[in-house]
Amino acid sequence: MMPTTNPALEIRNLSKTYRDGTVALQGIDLEVPPGEFFGLLGPNGAGKSTTIGIVTSLVTKSAGAVRAFGIDLDHDPAGMKRQIGLVPQEFNFNQFEQVQQIVMQQAGYYGMPRGPAREQTEKYLRKMGLWEKRQTGARMLSGGMKRRLMIARALVHEPQLLILDEPTAGVDIELRRATWSLLEEINDQGTTVILTTHYLEEAEALCRHIAIIDHGRIVENTDKKSLLAKLNVETFVLDLETAAPEALLVDGYAHRLVDPLTLEIDVPKERSLNEVFAILSRQHVNVLSLRNKANRLEELFVNLVEKKGQNADAAE
Amino acid sequence: MLPNEPSGSSWRANLIGLQTIVIKEVTRLLRIWPQTILPPVITTTLYFIIFGKVIGSRVGTMGGVPYMQFIVPGLVMMSVINNSYSNVVSSFFSSKFQRNVEELLVSPLPNSIILLGYMSGGIARALLVGCLVLLVSMLFMQTTTLYSIPITLAVAFLTAALFSIGGFLNAMLARKFDDIAIIPTFVLTPLTYLGGVFYSITLLPEPWQTISRCNPIVYMVSAFRYGILKHQLSSDMIDIEIGLAFAAIGLFIVGLFGLALWMLKQGIGLRT
Ligand SMILES: Nc1ncnc2c1ncn2[C@@H]1O[C@H](COP(=O)(O)OP(=O)(O)OP(=O)(O)O)[C@@H](O)[C@H]1O
Ligand SMILES: [Mg+2]
Repeated sequence: MMPTTNPALEIRNLSKTYRDGTVALQGIDLEVPPGEFFGLLGPNGAGKSTTIGIVTSLVTKSAGAVRAFGIDLDHDPAGMKRQIGLVPQEFNFNQFEQVQQIVMQQAGYYGMPRGPAREQTEKYLRKMGLWEKRQTGARMLSGGMKRRLMIARALVHEPQLLILDEPTAGVDIELRRATWSLLEEINDQGTTVILTTHYLEEAEALCRHIAIIDHGRIVENTDKKSLLAKLNVETFVLDLETAAPEALLVDGYAHRLVDPLTLEIDVPKERSLNEVFAILSRQHVNVLSLRNKANRLEELFVNLVEKKGQNADAAE
Repeated sequence: MLPNEPSGSSWRANLIGLQTIVIKEVTRLLRIWPQTILPPVITTTLYFIIFGKVIGSRVGTMGGVPYMQFIVPGLVMMSVINNSYSNVVSSFFSSKFQRNVEELLVSPLPNSIILLGYMSGGIARALLVGCLVLLVSMLFMQTTTLYSIPITLAVAFLTAALFSIGGFLNAMLARKFDDIAIIPTFVLTPLTYLGGVFYSITLLPEPWQTISRCNPIVYMVSAFRYGILKHQLSSDMIDIEIGLAFAAIGLFIVGLFGLALWMLKQGIGLRT
């Protein structure tokens, strides 16, 4: 048995320069303790998939060291791979194979005999709500189902470390929440989970620890609570009645004029909006309307889904 | 949680992995048999009709056997070569293209198992097509006796293994679908046609005879013809001594297998 004191994942001074000269990682360090639910966040092109690619042997590293549960990638690649299950960012199964075949094969690649492989496949296809679709060609699945197929495939050999690269990209809000509770369940059973996402809300709901990567460097690596405190600023978009004066000053608040009639302003959660309006009134700037910038679309969508649900109820 | 595999059982795990790839590959080629099995059988039958019946009847005999009979081993070998190569190149390239090769790359399977797994598909298809073509050829030949079934089979198997590795290398290097046709068109086909399928290279004037001996396919065709026709063919029509032929084929296999393993280790065409 592995000593539990070893980190589930340990990355030291990892760097990657692609053959075309793109520098994707500039010496990053990460340590993920066993049992953690770890979020790796960052804008497009930050280096998240590159990091995951190196950990899962899909990308070669330029320098640095990677260990999973104390097993070094360079010394025992097969031993390290056995610990890991990967849900990649892009669909990477054979579109012409059947759902069950894809998961069964993966079990076989991990050396699982046919009997247990069949049982494990059934277990995880049921868990993902794909058992009814087991004979279906993978190309006929919906986008959300394809993602769940990749999760089932990653879990079939019961890895100790599950890595998911944007598992909910393009998945609708309801299915996303279903995926979340599934991941929580897996984590509760002791599997370490590392996840990348573009949805802050997702990281907020799931991850206990969050690292932020940007331009191939870790710029933040902290537990969720401290991070949320830092992110405790809301951005509001204000539509103005008349063009704002060039020299508009909103002392104490970060702000920018998107155009003469639109002002964006960052308001820390503990401060009152009245204060902002007072400052603006003094400069004779009238606000016509205001909206919250972050997650606007998402909230709109949630509202729509809920309304639809109510209408359906009413029709019955 | 499953117990972690102790390292002692990893050969067993590898065997299961290999078996998984073999089943996947064989299922694939049987499922798409109208693309994998049927066309080569039809093409070679046409060769038999045209070169054997129509043209062959004017050529008469070669080395003491009817021309038709003389070209049968070469034509079978030609389909063994083409089918082993194209099976592996298209299967492995399409798994690169669809990215499901990543399923193998993230798994603990060693590179040699991945290579052997894909080779098995090429060998299975080549032997299947080869047998069918040989059966068809029996309809055209006067005799139905082979000189040596073990030699015939061994040559077919080794040739299929060799060109399966070739297809694998091609797939590793290919970046787009067009790239998988380059080697077959510009290397394999000319080498096959110049490889003594339709004539014995002993009939060639120098320096062409010596140049032909640099063509690996000459060794395979000659050994295969030996296995099928040795008892009927006059001995000066055997291009290459059988022992030398086997040694050459074996050497090619070892060389290409080593090259493929090295390229896999480097991740050429597979890992970015
Ligand atoms: N195969 C490749 N060849 C060259 N450059 C690459 C390759 N893959 C990624 N890159 C580059 O490396 C950098 C990091 O990319 P990466 O895919 O790791 O980002 P990411 O954080 O996963 O982004 P996203 O959120 O969009 O998925 C980017 O500049 C990208 O263009
Ligand atoms: Mg990415």
